[in-house]
Amino acid sequence: MAKIYYSEEHEWISVEGGVGTVGITEYAQEQLGDVVFVELPEVGASIDKGDDVAVVESVKAASEVYSPVSGEVVEINEELADAPGLVNQHAEGDGWFYKVNLTDDSELDDLLTRAEYKAFLEGLE
Amino acid sequence: MGDPTPENLLTTPLDALHRELGARMVPFAGYAMPVQYSGILHEHAQARNHAALFDVSHMGQAEVRHPEGIEAAARAFEALVPGDLMALKPGQIRYTLFTNPAGGILDDLMVTNAGDHLYVVVNAGCKVDDFKHMHAGLEGCTVTERPDLALLALQGPEAAKVLARLCPEAAGMAFMTARKLDVAGFTVWASRSGYTGEDGYEISVPGDRAEAFARRLLEEPEVEFSGLGARDSLRLEAGLCLYGSDIDTATTPIEADLKWTIGKRRRAEAGFPGAETILKQLAEGTARRRVGLRLDGRQPARAHTAIVDASGNKIGEVTSGGFGPTVEAAIAMGYVDAAHAAPGTRVACSVRGKALTAEVVTMPFAPHRYYKS
Repeated sequence: MAKIYYSEEHEWISVEGGVGTVGITEYAQEQLGDVVFVELPEVGASIDKGDDVAVVESVKAASEVYSPVSGEVVEINEELADAPGLVNQHAEGDGWFYKVNLTDDSELDDLLTRAEYKAFLEGLE
Repeated sequence: MGDPTPENLLTTPLDALHRELGARMVPFAGYAMPVQYSGILHEHAQARNHAALFDVSHMGQAEVRHPEGIEAAARAFEALVPGDLMALKPGQIRYTLFTNPAGGILDDLMVTNAGDHLYVVVNAGCKVDDFKHMHAGLEGCTVTERPDLALLALQGPEAAKVLARLCPEAAGMAFMTARKLDVAGFTVWASRSGYTGEDGYEISVPGDRAEAFARRLLEEPEVEFSGLGARDSLRLEAGLCLYGSDIDTATTPIEADLKWTIGKRRRAEAGFPGAETILKQLAEGTARRRVGLRLDGRQPARAHTAIVDASGNKIGEVTSGGFGPTVEAAIAMGYVDAAHAAPGTRVACSVRGKALTAEVVTMPFAPHRYYKS
């Protein structure tokens, strides 16, 4: 059973069997507006927690995405090349960005649970 | 619900309506302005396919009068701009530029021969300086600023159909002409012009009637509000300059590829600020020029991105760039060295270490569809 964590930079990561699937949250996609392009990391890239690993381009502006964990990128969402709107339609599902082989599970402890993230968002209002 | 207005921002007469409709409000030129309602792509398509309503009340409106009449007002105004204003017949509009003694551009603006006076619309971010410039530089004229007026733009292929339903005289107006209209009981000053590349109108209406007027237009099934986000992507596709990004005091009308704004008579007579530099450049060309770039992919190159040649040498810089929803490609405009300015030239934009290949193209990116009578 996958476990989902959130970051204060509005990323989510769903972890199962040592592999995390990363995307941006529903709140983030709504703030960004219509997504027209997503620049993804390369498969095989080694990333550190906090690295700017992806860039989301909306009609308005470019926004960086920071990796919530360290590890090796094992897969990217190829569908986003032709259908970047998936990020708006299913931010926390089909609009995922990349999958990463975690090197340090303890990094997950710094992330937020769904309830904590929800409370964090309420604090931003 | 929309965002609250910080107290230091000015508001337009439509502020409450924007918030009621759930607009996302952002600071722009000192005003709280709607950047989007439902989404920029939808609002962009609304203007390309139907009729989009924009609140542009932040722009500066003014009237210029001369005791000896309109011709004297036009002559006085020509001291500040290179456009041929003396040639304007009653009801005609001209796009022109305030230039400085070095030939740089202080602002771009619209001037209309409104019969007994000139009606002027300038950019929001420049209006304080522009009005000072007009008060000081328009010899013998009275400049009346009109902050009491709101300005609404109705843009799109169905704009004329909508307005004609409420006022039959609107349909026959030629592009770049203006007149007083009675639209569903509202007395307005309507210009057949815009900033989207589409047919449409820019409508000046008293501020205290603006909300009722906007609500009346929104009752028509073809009409929806669009925000500043869509306004920017529309004008970029139309190849139209944004002051402060694509043109400013460091660019001249010739570098900016706006030489068509310099009237034939004005080229012969000079007599506008910066004429020496501008006319010399007109004859001899310039070292750099504003061009359009169509990128090969969807990834946008934003303002200030370096433009490089095939060997990676910097040859210019992007001044406006983004994704063009109608052309379905990343597009940009910017300045490049004259040697690379010919349409068909292959260049690249350096975005975060990647060279995004692009081609210099003739603008507009999306064809203008102005009304031809």
